[in-house]
Amino acid sequence: MQKIILAKTGNEAMALAMKQVNPDVVAAYPITPATEIVQIFSQYVADGEVKTEFVAVESEHSAMSACIGSCAAGARTMTGTSSQGLALMYEMIYIAAGLRLPIVMADVNRALSAPINIHCDHSDSMGCRDAGWVHIFSENAQEAYDSMIQAVRIAEHKDVRLPVMVTTDGFIISHGMERIDTLPDAEVQNFIGKYDPLMHLLDVKKPFTIGAINLTDYYFEHRRAMVDAQNNSLKVIKEVGAEFGKKFDTGYGLIEKYQLDDAEVAIVALGSTCGTAKVVIDQLRAKGVKAGLLKIRVFRPFPTEEIAKALENIKTVAVLDRSDSVGGFGGPVFTEIRSALYGSAKRPQIAGFVYGLGGREIDMEQIEGLFMDLKAGKVKADSVSYLGVRE
Amino acid sequence: MANLKELAARGDKFTGGHRACAGCGASIVARQALLAAGDKPVVVTCATGCLEVVSTIFPYTAWDVPFIHSAFENSAATISGVEAAYKSLHRQGTVKEDIRFLAFGGDGGTYDIGLQALSGAMERGHNMLYICYDNQAYMNTGIQRSSATPRGSSTTTSPNGKKIPGKIQFRKNLTEIMAAHGIPYVAQSVVGNWSDFTKKVEKALAKGGPAFIAVLQPCRLGWGYPPELTAELGRLAVETNFWPLYEVEDGRYKLNATPKERKPIGEWMFQQERFRHLKKPEHQSIIDDIQKDIDARWEQLNKKCSL
Repeated sequence: MQKIILAKTGNEAMALAMKQVNPDVVAAYPITPATEIVQIFSQYVADGEVKTEFVAVESEHSAMSACIGSCAAGARTMTGTSSQGLALMYEMIYIAAGLRLPIVMADVNRALSAPINIHCDHSDSMGCRDAGWVHIFSENAQEAYDSMIQAVRIAEHKDVRLPVMVTTDGFIISHGMERIDTLPDAEVQNFIGKYDPLMHLLDVKKPFTIGAINLTDYYFEHRRAMVDAQNNSLKVIKEVGAEFGKKFDTGYGLIEKYQLDDAEVAIVALGSTCGTAKVVIDQLRAKGVKAGLLKIRVFRPFPTEEIAKALENIKTVAVLDRSDSVGGFGGPVFTEIRSALYGSAKRPQIAGFVYGLGGREIDMEQIEGLFMDLKAGKVKADSVSYLGVRE
Repeated sequence: MANLKELAARGDKFTGGHRACAGCGASIVARQALLAAGDKPVVVTCATGCLEVVSTIFPYTAWDVPFIHSAFENSAATISGVEAAYKSLHRQGTVKEDIRFLAFGGDGGTYDIGLQALSGAMERGHNMLYICYDNQAYMNTGIQRSSATPRGSSTTTSPNGKKIPGKIQFRKNLTEIMAAHGIPYVAQSVVGNWSDFTKKVEKALAKGGPAFIAVLQPCRLGWGYPPELTAELGRLAVETNFWPLYEVEDGRYKLNATPKERKPIGEWMFQQERFRHLKKPEHQSIIDDIQKDIDARWEQLNKKCSL
């Protein structure tokens, strides 16, 4: 199969993936820096390049509400948003997962107000981390494209049936032009297959009620079933990622280890920062510094065991969080990893670093400095620091 | 229009066994709307509120039609998603039936928190009928005032007190706001006039495009009256001109009922606990204000209807 090489920004890549998925319904609302996804997709609709019914809703709350209605009606449904838009959707984010609707959403990670800011950090999507969605981060436009396609399979898998959120980093990925390998439309269609819901609202001969009130006697069981679905998705995400790799050469897992197995010092990161870290690691390795990276691709479900295993032989690990849990002990990635490591007999020393809030740049020198501090034993274990902020 | 005999022969799609109060008007709205829909397949959504909680206590449901509830403020947005799915799948040939889409919301979910979603859905032109069962307060949460609550009404958040005699403000005229959207069909109906409501639901569903019906729905708990008076109080609201029955079809206003003699508003108000405090002589001016407002609104409406 011949891949088609294109120059695309992250937003263009995600919009293209959506076009090739060719969903039955897209309901969306514009917001910086995700607007382009909606805009480009609208053009596909206007040009008759997709079969999609596009609903240009009046708010993100209605976007997710319409997606919920659409998906429950048996339509393959997608949307995209960012930041305040995701925050406005928040109520419906929980409901989409609770109703077990396999909606696929592109979220372009952007800081939350206040102060208002349009640039990247992960606080928007991290705010939804307990909602029940599968939550996939992208290092670059290529991953965003590939994950959007895989997301459909993951969401609709009979053992999962949960919504999936694929994120990019606002402006860094969303607006950065990259060379990406894309697939022919037919290959995407073959890969995702047909959406075959267990039941749907338009099957009028088999009426059913979705969204019923659950009191003390049933609510807990339904929420517990959602936990099982999340756990099941660990296997499904790996299977889908492996199948994608088998067919299209680039496989995907829950995490990615980069120069990690023999590393003495390592960082853990999500999203675009991983790309920067890889370059730094190559340079440090050339100088004989055994530096490594653990990239977390899938934050929900959290790959606890894989992460604990991947880090067990490292001496010191710095966990980078591009969002904060204000008033908590470290950002969400740090607390999850620290918890994942607690049960390991062999575990590294670990420190948390909150960085890059509101799009504050993280450069190679900072990452290199961090590695050198780790190596020199200058990083205090079980501490949380703020990187790149004027204190 | 289907006659009473025909309606009675149709099986209920909103079935008994739900947990609504004795004398509940909301369940009458749901039952009559689905009876009016007849054999036409419908998909229904409902905003969080009385109607939803009494009819869908898991694992039971009173809805013998496909039904979705998602949240409070988004009944219109949710059904617009269902309708979009239908458009797409019908176009692709995977859904063959001719399906109609019905959304229910109380006044809280429609006049207040759901107004934006409703306005958006109407502007987008979805093929849907939105029915607001307007009982003039947040009854499900325990009788709090909404923008549909009439002046003078004592609710738990506009209580009659030593200084303030119930709600100060007049109600919002949502029906006119919906008419201003320029949609094909807008109407007011009432619990207690089954033929008016049935006719309007039939018309709205037959017309296609977005339609809105506000149904005044007496609530025995929130209004404070014996349950057997629900239909009677609905009719009295029409006879006092408090709640005129009219429709706006393709922009043209039409009155559906004109009382032979307009009854004074006190006849309606003083059968309800929520207005009881206004019986005191010192509050006569409030009653006068309310009467003046009703008469002025009636005059305006008549002008529109004579155009």
